[in-house]
Amino acid sequence: MSASGAENHPTELPQPLAQQAAEVVAVRRGMFGGNGTSGDTSGYGRLVRTIEFSGQSPRPYGGYFDEVENELFGALDEQGLAPERAIEKVVVFRDQLTFHVRREYLVQVARTLRDDPALRFELCLGVSGVHFPDAERPLQILVPLLSITHNRRVHVVTSCPDTDPHMPSLTPVYPATDWHERETWDMFGIVFDGHPALTRILMPDDWPGHPQRKDYPLGGIPVEFKGAQIPAPDQRRSYR
Amino acid sequence: MSVDTTQAVDDDMGSAQDPYAAAGSVGSEEGAETVYTLSGGDWDEIARELAGAQEGETPEERIVVNMGPQHPSTHGVLRLVVETEGETVTEVRCGIGFLHTGIEKSLEYRNWTQGVTFVTRMDYTTPLFQEVAYCLAVEKLLDVEDQIPERASVIRVMLMELNRIASHMVCIATGGMEMGALSAMIFGFRERELVLDIFEMITGLRMNHAFVRPGGIAQDLPPGAVDKIREFLALMPTRMKDIEALCNENPIFKGRTEGVGYLDLTGCMALGITGPPLRATGLPHDLRKTQPYCGYENYEFDVVTWDTSDCYARYRIRMDEIRESLKIIEQALDKLKPGPVMIEDKKIAWPAQLALGGDGMGNSLDHIRHIMGESMEALIHHFKLVTEGFHVPPGQVYVGIESPKGELGCHAVSDGGTRPYRVHFRDPSFNNLQAVSVMSEGGMIADLIVAVASLDPVMGGVDR
Repeated sequence: MSASGAENHPTELPQPLAQQAAEVVAVRRGMFGGNGTSGDTSGYGRLVRTIEFSGQSPRPYGGYFDEVENELFGALDEQGLAPERAIEKVVVFRDQLTFHVRREYLVQVARTLRDDPALRFELCLGVSGVHFPDAERPLQILVPLLSITHNRRVHVVTSCPDTDPHMPSLTPVYPATDWHERETWDMFGIVFDGHPALTRILMPDDWPGHPQRKDYPLGGIPVEFKGAQIPAPDQRRSYR
Repeated sequence: MSVDTTQAVDDDMGSAQDPYAAAGSVGSEEGAETVYTLSGGDWDEIARELAGAQEGETPEERIVVNMGPQHPSTHGVLRLVVETEGETVTEVRCGIGFLHTGIEKSLEYRNWTQGVTFVTRMDYTTPLFQEVAYCLAVEKLLDVEDQIPERASVIRVMLMELNRIASHMVCIATGGMEMGALSAMIFGFRERELVLDIFEMITGLRMNHAFVRPGGIAQDLPPGAVDKIREFLALMPTRMKDIEALCNENPIFKGRTEGVGYLDLTGCMALGITGPPLRATGLPHDLRKTQPYCGYENYEFDVVTWDTSDCYARYRIRMDEIRESLKIIEQALDKLKPGPVMIEDKKIAWPAQLALGGDGMGNSLDHIRHIMGESMEALIHHFKLVTEGFHVPPGQVYVGIESPKGELGCHAVSDGGTRPYRVHFRDPSFNNLQAVSVMSEGGMIADLIVAVASLDPVMGGVDR
């Protein structure tokens, strides 16, 4: 499955890990986020702010993180895969270690994380999607892994563009991701190649659209009071 | 034959036509095959019809039954698509989503503090666990974990352990009921009520408390709460004896549960199963011990394990865990020292404590006097925090805690705003339900019910 995934998605040129700068995931304008209807009278309407997620963290990371990284990179090397090809960046944020993996190598990295005796991340705790409409690759998944053997946690993050919303399925490595991937397909429209039965799981089968995407409206209705009306939550002025 | 109708279930569910009828009329590679769609009716008639289906054909024994979503023994709105041969389950698939309320989407339109009100409604038997998981995630994003007052953490632990007792009681009660042990049901719900009374006294509500807040908890313990909990601690062991005397060595109960719903360690690891089903395989994995949060490292308790990997083991583990929870609650009461229950940082802390006034519960009069009569700045501050909320730095974290059903994970993403950008809950029931087919295929239908009950799925959490 990983092979077919690699064929579908031609590899981009790998960049050295150190050069990965902070990732811009969104650009906000004005003071009150809003959606054009918020009536921003604050005078800050032309304010532009970029929302950035941390880039490559400086080594050493501290704790067991360095050991995990060394073991993973070593194991990938042994398999003939240059680590910087598979792994875009390693982020340590709030004492949590996250490997940002190129989707072509997701399955191989996951298999290594599971099988290498020094890593042994036996438990996969699911797949959680996030949609960043303004980012370079808007669809992102986070896969938390837990090693009971070594009592460690790492997260694996992969992303894909909106125009090609495909990712390799992790079910061959972690069967536990079966329903989680179905949920992520249901909610974000990410197609997991190689999943045994990728059908909707929470929404009805004939439901149009993928509700957790940011361009999918909340569809709230105004709250009625006697003699007054409060707009639906998604229509109210928001404070960003 | 074995392919046909189940495929229809998987593929054609969305079509307007009846999936089974469609499979029959289209006539797949299996050839023309009669599909009977029945709702209601008498089993004898169905069996007779199947047996004498068409002359010259072997009588058809295979039946696909939809159990649920409205069925008393499927734990809420769980739909089980069961393929049977006689009384034997040959294949079973779960259909979920009937209780999907879009909590994770709605969350994104409220501020961080309001999020608690949503997450508490996910798994309605373990509201405080969702609240704590969510608040721990938000606090991690804010990087204020070290500033949470000790008293708040102790009360969180105490409430969570009380909640664990209530949740396990519901599991044993409904599980017992589904096996026909109605006394277990009566006892279980009676004991749960004791816990809910305590919750009502402390949080004001029996369920859906929204009591834990980012930064601490909403309110300090009311007078009399500690005494009430001590009373409960004294009463509960005797009440537990009732259930244990009824079930532990009961030959019928053991006959229904021993060796049923078997799921070994390999299966648990592959399917990501945590909680009592995992500990029933003998692996002492408990996040309270291995990756303590809220100060669990300061409490003395044992991780309960059993080694038979069946439903009986899960029942015994739950009973023994209740005992461990009682131990933890007792220690928590001893640890309670006077002090604040909300973080000191005024940019995060909810400004007011509640108090009972002449016209019901509201902001305390002291606070109202302060903001309305003494300090304009305090009023502005109150207004900003309550309407706008606090900003959370951009980034994402995942926090896992040990809920009664397994690892409850909260993946929180912030874009630097006052509202969650994305919050995803890894509900243990959602994940554990994947094991239903492994645990019950090849067994009897009656055992399927027991196996599902032993996972303790709550659909509010599964569907969110």
